[in-house]
Amino acid sequence: MKSLDAMRNFMRRDQVFEFLIPDTPPDLDLTHGIILYLEGISVSFDGFQAINNLNLYIGDGELRCIIGPNGAGKTTMMDIITGKTAPDSGSAWFGQQINLLKMDEPEIAAIGIGRKFQKPTVFEFHPVIDNLELALAGNKGVWTVLTARLREQERHRIDEVLKIIGLQEESTRLAGALSHGQKQWLEIGMLLMQNPKLLLVDEPAAGMTHQEMERTAELLTSLAGDHSVIVVEHDMDFVRSIANKVTVLHQGTVLAEGTMDEVQNNQQVIEVYLGG
Amino acid sequence: MTIIKLLSKDTGSNITLGLLALVTILVPACNLLLPETSIFHVSSYTMALLGKYLCYALLAISVDLIWGYMGILSLGHGAFFALGGYAMGMYLMRQIGSRGVYGNPLLPDFMVFLNWEQLPWFWHGFQWFWFAMLMVVLIPALLALVFGWLAFRSRVTGVYLSIMTQALTYALLLAFFRNEMGFGGNNGLTDFKDILGFSLQSDATRAGLFIASGLALGLGYLSCLYITRSRLGKVCTAIRDQEDRTRFIGYRVENVKLWIFTFSAILAGIAGALYVPQVGIINPNEFSPLGSIEIVIWVAVGGRATLYGAVAGALMVNYSKSYLTAAMPDAWLFALGALFVLVTLLLPRGVTGLLRKKEHVI
Repeated sequence: MKSLDAMRNFMRRDQVFEFLIPDTPPDLDLTHGIILYLEGISVSFDGFQAINNLNLYIGDGELRCIIGPNGAGKTTMMDIITGKTAPDSGSAWFGQQINLLKMDEPEIAAIGIGRKFQKPTVFEFHPVIDNLELALAGNKGVWTVLTARLREQERHRIDEVLKIIGLQEESTRLAGALSHGQKQWLEIGMLLMQNPKLLLVDEPAAGMTHQEMERTAELLTSLAGDHSVIVVEHDMDFVRSIANKVTVLHQGTVLAEGTMDEVQNNQQVIEVYLGG
Repeated sequence: MTIIKLLSKDTGSNITLGLLALVTILVPACNLLLPETSIFHVSSYTMALLGKYLCYALLAISVDLIWGYMGILSLGHGAFFALGGYAMGMYLMRQIGSRGVYGNPLLPDFMVFLNWEQLPWFWHGFQWFWFAMLMVVLIPALLALVFGWLAFRSRVTGVYLSIMTQALTYALLLAFFRNEMGFGGNNGLTDFKDILGFSLQSDATRAGLFIASGLALGLGYLSCLYITRSRLGKVCTAIRDQEDRTRFIGYRVENVKLWIFTFSAILAGIAGALYVPQVGIINPNEFSPLGSIEIVIWVAVGGRATLYGAVAGALMVNYSKSYLTAAMPDAWLFALGALFVLVTLLLPRGVTGLLRKKEHVI
């Protein structure tokens, strides 16, 4: 009778097999005003401790700058948040409910974390407008993408983002033909197309002229509020121009946190940066 | 409607498909309707040769789809072509029936020769045309799915993937050489008599096969055009140019690669199936790694990332091959190598790149 019961259970029509239930992550829960929790994270590569018991909290709508000397673990931290690297220990939560360590890159992108790489990476053989179209939020399954047509509303969104990043004039040019600074903006625009809640921006001002830097600073500060933004940057003037809160990383841990002035007067930070 | 939309503003594709339609109609007509004395008469030999080229062109498109558009350099696409060919060959073998040398109504000649008593299980079903056609599609697709699933999920890319595809086709080459495999060993399958009841020796059947090849090439071309023009096509080129970026904006790169790779394998299989009845034989040499590299050269010579480039490349290189192997048999491999080197150095966009505007150059 056991097998019969099992059979009956198997055939029940009011139930769906577990593997058929789509894995939708819980909605982003921001009840405590914190969008990203990194707690006790450690990673080592071949014995090199890249991240060592890192604790970092990012508030909803905050613009946070992360500075630190080379090898402080800034990029590794971004790799962990976006699912590229799995930490040896620790936990990473997006809002109250979403465990980032259980997801891979496309899933993390889909729940609203966008990442800009250190080197501007755009699709050079596609026009600017196609770059943005590809980054559109929504179902990115193979079949959906094959039959996808650009809807009116999506076209509007693309125009909107083109305006935000100031590339309306360039919309039909190949992305590869843009200047370095414009590529950086385009990449930020591609992040915006995904409607992210959290933006990770790696060295946005690198290699930019002074004017370009100013525009980038404006762009990033205008994004904060609606989005949370984490900016990793080396250029101190640039950091000073955008951040109200700065975190200093050193050897994979948080060395200091506070306003730019506090941080710059911190004795430990001076030692690390000036070798004093 | 979709077809008209696809072809608007694409001169290269318009010319290619126009010429293809013309050839598909004219060549069989000139072969069947004109007397042999007419100067416009196309001999059966020429028609079979051209039909072979059409199959190669379809094969070239399938490689171009994954290499030119998605950056996966497969050096083993001949394997899918050969598998499609073998599926067709098995059907043709079963059609011979008791007309074989040994007159066995069930077993093909080589099995009788090996003293086999029974038909191996995997030869069952191939007496039906529909079953064989299903296998022409399914077997290459299945192999591509399994291979691709393993390779793309572990994020094997670039040269490593190319080497693996090369190993794949080489492994199949060795396996099919073995008599115990039950595919005719190094002699392969040959001596075909008829297809769907029509004699393979008759000009009308050959014309039919030629038309089928032309249609398959046309349909394959259009479906590839549809894919490359869709957003999925844009995702493919995005993967080619910036795989990481594509992943971080939320695409499952491995799935995209897997499905395109599988589709490409199916096209290669169909090309192989049409090739076999026209050349009259399929043997393990079709699996040879060199053959797969040659396909890549066709695409490079014609101009990758343009479908008409792949078609043009396949036709040009194969025509030179037919010509040179007859005129100077020893020179062919040198010519092929020189062609590849020169095209890579001097014409990175292939021969058709000369005709295109500089729109893609940065």
